[in-house]
Amino acid sequence: MMNENILEVRNLHTCFGRECIHEDLNFEVRRGEIFAIVGGSGSGKTVLLREALLLQEPTAGTIKVFGETPRQVEKNGLRQRTGVLFQHGALFSSLTVQQNVETPIIEHTTLSPGLRHELGCLKLALVGLASENGRKLPAQLSGGMLKRAALARALALDPELLFLDEPTAGLDPASADALDDLILQLRDSLGLTVVMITHDLDTLWRAADRAIFLGERRILAGGTMKQISGSGHPLVKAYFQGNRGRGAREAAWNPG
Amino acid sequence: MTARLPPKSAGLVFEADYPRVRLTGYWITTAIGSLDEPMPSPGWWPGRAVTIDAGELRALDTAGAWLLGKLIGVLESQQREWRLENLEGHRRTLFELVQSRQSDIRPVEPPRRQGMLEQVGRASHDHLNVANALLAFIGESASVLFNHLIRPWRLRLPLILTEVEEAGVRAVPIVALLSFLLGVTLAYQGSVQLRIYGANIYIVDLTALTIFRELASLMTAVIVAGRTGAAYTAEIGTMKVTEELDALRTIGIPPFDLLVLPRILGLMITLPLLTLLADVTGIFGAMLMAKSLLDISFQSFLDRIPEAISMASFVLGLIKAPVFAMIIAAVGCFQGFRVTGAADSVGRQTTLSVVQSIFLVIVADAAFSVLFSWFGI
Ligand SMILES: Nc1ncnc2c1ncn2[C@@H]1O[C@H](COP(=O)(O)OP(=O)(O)O)[C@@H](O)[C@H]1O
Ligand SMILES: [Mg+2]
Repeated sequence: MMNENILEVRNLHTCFGRECIHEDLNFEVRRGEIFAIVGGSGSGKTVLLREALLLQEPTAGTIKVFGETPRQVEKNGLRQRTGVLFQHGALFSSLTVQQNVETPIIEHTTLSPGLRHELGCLKLALVGLASENGRKLPAQLSGGMLKRAALARALALDPELLFLDEPTAGLDPASADALDDLILQLRDSLGLTVVMITHDLDTLWRAADRAIFLGERRILAGGTMKQISGSGHPLVKAYFQGNRGRGAREAAWNPG
Repeated sequence: MTARLPPKSAGLVFEADYPRVRLTGYWITTAIGSLDEPMPSPGWWPGRAVTIDAGELRALDTAGAWLLGKLIGVLESQQREWRLENLEGHRRTLFELVQSRQSDIRPVEPPRRQGMLEQVGRASHDHLNVANALLAFIGESASVLFNHLIRPWRLRLPLILTEVEEAGVRAVPIVALLSFLLGVTLAYQGSVQLRIYGANIYIVDLTALTIFRELASLMTAVIVAGRTGAAYTAEIGTMKVTEELDALRTIGIPPFDLLVLPRILGLMITLPLLTLLADVTGIFGAMLMAKSLLDISFQSFLDRIPEAISMASFVLGLIKAPVFAMIIAAVGCFQGFRVTGAADSVGRQTTLSVVQSIFLVIVADAAFSVLFSWFGI
């Protein structure tokens, strides 16, 4: 069971009208893995994530989640086994943060309101938000708090598969580190599988087990971070060998 | 809930002969609902030492770990000593992770219910505030409008023309159709009555007067309020939610100049024209009906119109239109600016905008009637 593929992408093509952004992508994500999707802005990472979430249909190719086709996923209610942190949070703006986190719990369980409330507070505490923030509306939160609240909602049902779109963007460095820790802790304690898009090289070096690098409509490099950063492709080189890239890599190899 | 998966459940067994609590089944979010009363009664075991056995646990997630923490809390409050057995590996890690956050959690008191008197008081206060803000907004519009009218080269003509197209040209089919139907209905009802008295030709007086003087302008204003006023609120409101208004301000473009003024001016140009259109199609509908029901030819219908109503009545009907336009555009934009933060607020303010502008249009219409009768026109 350990090498079971949670997400499988085969011969994926995506085109918007004439313009194609993915040509023949192939990769798979295994259970318990933290898998990163890397690439320049506009390289089609968010679109790929939306396709994996079955929110958008690829032009050609297949995507299997939990080994099932999208139709079966919908039919068998597997959606509640996935959690998503959208790039811009996508919190329900008319609900308080606490209500946002409780929404999936209300929908899919029969827990008492008291216990539900406590679980909501627990999820907020896990992502580092004080219980008092639960009373606020999303519009009253800062960018970083919004990200964390959205993560708390994604974790509400303890999903097996967690999708994160730029989780550390907009967080201060200390919070970003804490978020990396949390993701690692959750993976270790819950056996979570995480698929994340990130530009944060620190997160990549610390948390990602494997990654793919998107560029020029294809996967330019794939494998462990070490393998990817050693790739000879000029785009990948430019990404990792820039000033920021080198700093993060050195920090990863000389911790402390 | 999932239909295909077998229902999972969580269990908790208190054994009295051997002081042990056994956790069984799936302690996960979707299953712990089956644990009704998970806490031991104080009389369950007279002794102190208790073992918690997690060996039969099939699965544990944060919700299960939280519940386990609560169980331990209750045991401690009963002055018992507890020992957790057979919770190994990643489950132990999870339990410790959840326990470590327990001190951060302070369930928040739900907000206090408001009494009757307080609700009435707050509502009145809010309404007064809104009325006040609307007055201020209309004042500001008037002053900016005046400023621009004495410096007309600073007006944004292309935007005004876009508004004329959006609110006017595109509304032509619906305004024409609805006022045509209105004319038909009016003439039908009138002719049924007039035929009884043999006063067929007075159908012209009846329809022309009501359409020219009242119904065309009122009907058009109502359609435009629902169509264009609502759109103004939704658009400005959405821009407010997405901070586009703030972006405009920082670029040095007053949102008022860009979003409000062209709309007010555009609608003040458009609404009289639409009213004129409604006049024409309404009368046309009435003419058709008069011909088919009362045998009044188009020619005699048209000949009768100048005798039936004065030029003044016709003009008065049109004069109201710019005032209605001002009301609709001002209320629509005003409610757009009143949107706060969230998406549901856009919907609420849009509803308010339509209701208020129709209300104010009818009030203004009544005021006009009073005014005209005062002056005897
Ligand atoms: N609905 C859409 N219609 C047309 N083009 C789109 C659409 N969504 C995304 N794109 C294009 O696809 C490309 C990839 O976008 P995206 O996946 O958001 O990039 P990123 O990798 O930065 O997340 C961009 O060039 C974008 O313009
Ligand atoms: Mg993106």
